[in-house]
Amino acid sequence: MPNSPLLDATQVLNLAQPLPLDGGQSLPDGRIAYETHGRLNAARDNAILICHALTGDHHVVSHHPKTGKPGWWVRMVGPGKPIDTDRFFVICANVIGSCMGSTGPASLAADGQPWGMRFPVITVRDMVRGHVALLDALRIESLYAVVGGSMGGMQALSLASNFADRTRAALVIASTARHSAQNIAFHEVGRQAIMADPEWREGDYYAHGKGPEKGLSVARMAAHITYLSEAGLTEKFGRRLQDREEKTFGFDADFQIESYLRYQGLAFTDRFDANSYLYITRAMDYFDLAEEHGGLLANAFAGSKARYCLVSFDTDWLYPTADSRNVVHALNAAGLPVSFVELSAPYGHDSFLLDVPALDRVVEGFLGDGR
Amino acid sequence: MSLLRPDLAVIAANVAPGSRVLDIGCGDGTLMQALRDDKRCDARGMELDPADVGLCVAKGLSVIQGDADRDLAFYPDRSVDYAILSQTLQTTMRPDLVLEQLLRIGRRAFVSFPNFAHWRVRLSLLWRGRMPVTRLLPIAWYETPNIHHLTVNDFRELVIRRGIAVEGAWFLSGDQQCSSAAANFRAEHAVFLLSRG
Repeated sequence: MPNSPLLDATQVLNLAQPLPLDGGQSLPDGRIAYETHGRLNAARDNAILICHALTGDHHVVSHHPKTGKPGWWVRMVGPGKPIDTDRFFVICANVIGSCMGSTGPASLAADGQPWGMRFPVITVRDMVRGHVALLDALRIESLYAVVGGSMGGMQALSLASNFADRTRAALVIASTARHSAQNIAFHEVGRQAIMADPEWREGDYYAHGKGPEKGLSVARMAAHITYLSEAGLTEKFGRRLQDREEKTFGFDADFQIESYLRYQGLAFTDRFDANSYLYITRAMDYFDLAEEHGGLLANAFAGSKARYCLVSFDTDWLYPTADSRNVVHALNAAGLPVSFVELSAPYGHDSFLLDVPALDRVVEGFLGDGR
Repeated sequence: MSLLRPDLAVIAANVAPGSRVLDIGCGDGTLMQALRDDKRCDARGMELDPADVGLCVAKGLSVIQGDADRDLAFYPDRSVDYAILSQTLQTTMRPDLVLEQLLRIGRRAFVSFPNFAHWRVRLSLLWRGRMPVTRLLPIAWYETPNIHHLTVNDFRELVIRRGIAVEGAWFLSGDQQCSSAAANFRAEHAVFLLSRG
């Protein structure tokens, strides 16, 4: 297989300058882990930046080095696929604060010890500053498009708004311009589960060979529910029992849904750092693009000349269609070319990662731009 | 230029080149595409059917999935030169309010609709006593999206009542135009160009 995506394609950029942060601090010695696919053309104008979600990473196409699973968006990205690497130079970078190669709380600080909770609190805009530093290093002045789902969509909006001259299009899927009280509430449950685990040790667990796995697992279980739809859960699990004929009148995982969530929670602890989970969820909770621009979302796009496409899913109750419409109305008010479609898919928020052919068509169509 | 439906051809022929246009109920974007490619218009669209929105996006058009009854309120005043509502007025919950929105958003508005007083429709009602199923109204009453049938004269009366100026009117029978005087009887389609005067 030519250009086998099986190999870990990770590249690393060491930032020459400290990265300024919204919180007032700056991040020294920052590293950005990323992978690229396709070829940058001579005009350097065919680059697409793909932004990943909360627990995602830069392995958009290549296999994940820890889980061995295929890249998280192989159905969308590749030769002849909707994000066509025969035509576009695709970049996907791990966000700062994460634990998959870019600098985060598990990385070593200047004193040789892990940052832990000394890591500065970051925002979505700070993540985007990291991406822009990468674009600078790759000498890409203007992206063909920035694309993202969920938290990736927030980065796409933030980049198009705060670094308006750096992209000519933004494709925002199952996302929002601000975290709602409900979004914050679910994240807080997750953070409290982590911090209530005695193994968390105020974030200073790295030397103990064991982290707050129980807490992180519970955080993942709660979050995982928000990524699915009730109808999807009912169809997949119903009230069916797990490998047994009758209820046990105990607290084992009697129901299939319990067993599934426990597995999802546990598997998550193998690949994700608990402190990263705290920092990234915080960044998402702080996200309010209108607030960054005087309270009026339309003002966020005042300097933009990009074209936009927003996609929501009818079963997504985490970032419901109204959130996307809110952005669309602001873009309309700013007079920018915007398309929007609510797609029907049974999988809830996670639909953007799953088999939804209508999404493929919209992504391909928007990026094709009539050509 | 792709072959446009007769009412769309009338609209396309009468939009000033280089205009900003909002096509409400734009379907698969045929008119928008013609306006963009032949008249250098900045055309935006709204469409209820997500599959049609997808087709538009694939043509490089900017189209929002939305409902004329609900989502026009979010467009700024006078943000386009023309608001276009082709074959959609009769499907809205409140055609009168939609009309007001068109003339708030656009300096001018094109509105086209099928004429329910066309002689074939009248004959069908008179002789058969049944809701007509004709070439222009091909769907049975129980599944048609047309919930507010209207005639040319009904529309004329509405615009007078609302103080709306008629800047132009075209009446079509097939791809032929017919006279204004005979329109309520002979026209299958009507196209009006309206403004606030």
